Amino acid sequence: MINFSYVRPSSIKAAIDALNKDSASQFIAGGTNLVDLMKRGVASPEKLIDVTNLPLKNIEQRGNTIRIGSLALNSEVSEHPLIVQKLPLLSQALKAGASPQLRNMATVGGNLLQRTRCPYFYDTTMPCNKRKPGSGCAALNGYNRMHAIFGASENCIAVHPSDMCVALAALDATVIVNSSKGERKILFKDFHRLPGTTPEKDNNLQRGELITAVDVPVNDALSRNVLYTKIRDRASYAFALVSVAAVLDINNSAIQNVRLAMGGVAHKPWRLTEAEDFLKGKPVSIDNFRQAATIAIKGAKGHGYNNFKMKLAPNTIVQVLTTISGIS
Amino acid sequence: MTNKLFSLTALSLNLFYQIPTMSQDNFPEKEEKPSLHESRRRFLKQSSALTAIALTPAAVVKAAENKLDEKAAGYFEKVNLSIEVNGTSHQLSVEPRVTLLDLLREQLHLTGTKKGCDYGQCGACTVHVNGKRVLSCLSLAVMQDGKKITTIEGLAKEDQLHPMQEAFIKHDGFQCGYCTPGQIMSAVACVREGHANSEDEIRQFMSGNICRCGAYPNIVDAIMEVKKNGGAL
Repeated sequence: MINFSYVRPSSIKAAIDALNKDSASQFIAGGTNLVDLMKRGVASPEKLIDVTNLPLKNIEQRGNTIRIGSLALNSEVSEHPLIVQKLPLLSQALKAGASPQLRNMATVGGNLLQRTRCPYFYDTTMPCNKRKPGSGCAALNGYNRMHAIFGASENCIAVHPSDMCVALAALDATVIVNSSKGERKILFKDFHRLPGTTPEKDNNLQRGELITAVDVPVNDALSRNVLYTKIRDRASYAFALVSVAAVLDINNSAIQNVRLAMGGVAHKPWRLTEAEDFLKGKPVSIDNFRQAATIAIKGAKGHGYNNFKMKLAPNTIVQVLTTISGIS
Repeated sequence: MTNKLFSLTALSLNLFYQIPTMSQDNFPEKEEKPSLHESRRRFLKQSSALTAIALTPAAVVKAAENKLDEKAAGYFEKVNLSIEVNGTSHQLSVEPRVTLLDLLREQLHLTGTKKGCDYGQCGACTVHVNGKRVLSCLSLAVMQDGKKITTIEGLAKEDQLHPMQEAFIKHDGFQCGYCTPGQIMSAVACVREGHANSEDEIRQFMSGNICRCGAYPNIVDAIMEVKKNGGAL
């Protein structure tokens, strides 16, 4: 690992000032992704600003919103009574991610910012537009089994690896960021980006901004009939081939409301709004779920090794919906 | 007990020289092992010291050529660090890039914690920081300032092995032993966290520790037993 200098500020302002002072500096919290990237030579900040002393660890309810501090650990969030009771989908998704050791280190803010696990991004001898803009995409015609079927571009077909973010997308969360200009709120759907011509940018966070919290709206419907299902190569501790987060609000066998998001299929958590619109007001039935899954997969494109996701994705959607509606 | 503990922390070595059973008698005499152990270690240390000598001047020269003297000075700056490891306080000075794993192994000579993949994928380097299990290979030592670390060497109480160590021996929860320190640290945490209520739950919450020998069923048995006995954790 290339050496770097290190500071540990104790206030949000001091942390942001330190970042603004040095263009080659970067925040570090859990370090589970950044230290890995630094060891491999993919990231090489000259200064690390350790934010773990900042007072951003609280998880609390304010009215109809649960605010999760950006430094709350993935393990703490997944087992916090408020989250388990009121946002069980988020708890399930967090527990599906990484390993207990990593969840004890990784923070909510860091999870939002984790980089893709595309092997070509990690291999500094290979072209990768995300790592080195303009160098090409080795995954496009390479071994792209883990890669995107939605929203990819000719420049990048990497996927966002987070489970937590798939749940937060389904739950309509908001990301709160601070900078020297004050506070800014970013809707979850606007936080992560599609690769387009600038795959080096994973999200719309601006230089000088620090994620301080994530707000998640709560209501009773979000705590019933929810399920996060992750399909992967081994039963635990593997990234998703496909994952589905679903919330189903059923009244008299009719679907009042539904939230659907997928992971492992795009450069960002993939919300299935068209499938949701189709299901709203319809009776609970396998046939409706199948039709919704067909709508959800519209526009998907395989790249060879990941063609199986074109079937795996809709099948997983149907399985999740039938399971939580109790008709399976 | 020393021998027994040793068997847990240096099993990979034992495997090649010994071992039909786990009886204490089958382990080498105390005086034999350290000499083999130390000479290997001395060799490794010497070679890494040589590497450092070979590398440092080049880096500094390059920095000077590029008029980066200030930056070079910054790169080699050490940071003060105060940590407690297995009950002993240490005042140290480390480069920011040193991981907790390397600090434990190379500077504090606690080589029970293993370097498996070094990329956070195998769990061999699992230690407890303030009672929580973490991966020491992805933890920067400077970020542990003021924290309490427990490694495999800190589990036993004087002559008494930790119940989880006893259970791993009893249930044969290892073959080569390389992943064992990480498995045991993770297993102790798994029970403490309340995630050892069924075989399925144990498998789920031990999934961050890979065992290439495939001792998983015996590891699960060992954890189940400690959980059942309410083993002094």
